[in-house]
Amino acid sequence: MSDILAVRDLEKTFGSLVAARDITVSVPPQQTVGVIGANGAGKTTFVNMITGHLRPTKGSIFFEGSEITGRPTREITRLGISRSFQVAQIFPTLTVFENMCMAAAIGRHAGGFFSNIVTPLHSSEAVADAEAAIELFQIGAYRDIKALALPQGIRKLLDIGMAIAGHPRLLLLDEPTSGISIEEKFDLMQIVMAALKSRKITVLFVEHDMEIVERFADRVLAFYEGTVIADGAPAQTLDDPKVQELISGTRAKANGGTPAHA
Amino acid sequence: MAKRMQVVGGGLAFIAAAVIAPFLPDWVVSLATIAFANALVVLGLIVLWRAGLVSFGQALYYCIGAYVVALLGRWIGLRDAFALVLLAGIAAGLISFLIGFLIARYREIFFAMLSLALSMILYGVLVKSESLGSTDGFSVLTPTFLTYVPHGQTLNLTLYWFTLAVCAASALGVSAYFRSIAGALAAPVRDNEIRVEFLGVSVARVIHAKVVIAGTLGGLGGALAALAIGHVDPNMAYWTTSGSFVFVAILAGAGSVAAAFVGSLLFEAIRSLAVDIVPEFWQMILGSALLVTILFVPEGLGSLVLRLRRKKAEPS
Repeated sequence: MSDILAVRDLEKTFGSLVAARDITVSVPPQQTVGVIGANGAGKTTFVNMITGHLRPTKGSIFFEGSEITGRPTREITRLGISRSFQVAQIFPTLTVFENMCMAAAIGRHAGGFFSNIVTPLHSSEAVADAEAAIELFQIGAYRDIKALALPQGIRKLLDIGMAIAGHPRLLLLDEPTSGISIEEKFDLMQIVMAALKSRKITVLFVEHDMEIVERFADRVLAFYEGTVIADGAPAQTLDDPKVQELISGTRAKANGGTPAHA
Repeated sequence: MAKRMQVVGGGLAFIAAAVIAPFLPDWVVSLATIAFANALVVLGLIVLWRAGLVSFGQALYYCIGAYVVALLGRWIGLRDAFALVLLAGIAAGLISFLIGFLIARYREIFFAMLSLALSMILYGVLVKSESLGSTDGFSVLTPTFLTYVPHGQTLNLTLYWFTLAVCAASALGVSAYFRSIAGALAAPVRDNEIRVEFLGVSVARVIHAKVVIAGTLGGLGGALAALAIGHVDPNMAYWTTSGSFVFVAILAGAGSVAAAFVGSLLFEAIRSLAVDIVPEFWQMILGSALLVTILFVPEGLGSLVLRLRRKKAEPS
């Protein structure tokens, strides 16, 4: 099994509500997969099941050949799956450097309970990792500014930077461009995708903007009512009549001026 | 560099405090011994406070530490200060480890109230236990130090130096902990628990460790206070005792380790002066001192040093 991620017959129900069903997907290493779908189509549920935030009702998830279904988030993180958030999850009272250094130190030193107590935060390796991530995401100008004072785009970059500071092999980006103005979206994705490519990280990103999906994804998964209705190269998925009928409605709206946020 | 300077500075301060003691009146030395013993409890509160947690029941561990010392003396005649303080620290650490499984799940006011409730349970049990001296408590045996058996004023001084040594070791340990990943995780835990979990760290375990560190320090403080006062009673677990530790923590601020010791000394000094000058209204003086602190140095005395440092750094 050479796929980095393999998901089989995944299902999640909340009472009588079916949030996800019959999801079977395999992702080879270093692929960049775009995930599209209307709000409530099950994209975030899918991400949450892979990262252990939600336990699937049925089905199994394999990462690099070993099963991770239902394991707690922090174990999955330590195995090498990381994620960023729709709303940036950072430490507002710490500076950009301190945020990044914390993420780097935990990633570098495995995050074990006792190693956390005996390892200094500012070990030279962690500091080097943090500085490298800051440079990679081009946020050096904000290095010593507290995260609460950062503009939205920089927050997003910091959030994603922290997610990769621990050297994950699979990264899930939940709407990396949500809350970002249309003019800035493209530049932000350019920085993010170049950074991830240079680190050879496999990426799954949830996105509403079809132009961005088309530009950055190697492959697109289309979600509708909790399941995958199309899976293939961007052009192929986006031209699929079913996708155009059920999802590209969102695209028309997004292009009409108000970006769709979940 | 800066951290080595801090450690050296702290060490020099402790040595200075040790050297001047023989030239001070006896009552000052006794007062300072109790102030430094209490400072250990405050240091524990600071460990929790950095993670956004306030314990209103730290007297629980203080009282456990004190009673372990008193009871070991009473039951098996153990007098050795080293053994007593060590055992008291271990006992308080174990109890806080058990309590941690419950309390590490709570935050904010719930954490504060639960810790308060637990300390009041101990108070209730002690008051009702005739065999443990009930409300009167009982006295503590005069301590010895390994083979050294001092008396009178020498005992007073020896106990002071002993307390200083335990404080110096604790201060060194806690400042090393603050520089570690787990110690530095305090602000992240306070800021955003979700991100901490998604970085691969259990928030509950980080907090549990802080509860144990604070509990152990509380036990050590209680043990030293019991030796210094020579008597234990259930009031050591009462909520006003916890309150006075929180008071000193606010006075000191969470910014530095040294502030816990300076703050505790200042608190004891203000309290004894106030009792001396206006015996009827001493609480009012303390209350005003707290009010002034909150209004003018909201981040505590420790922040004054940081402000000075920043001012020095700016012109260069």
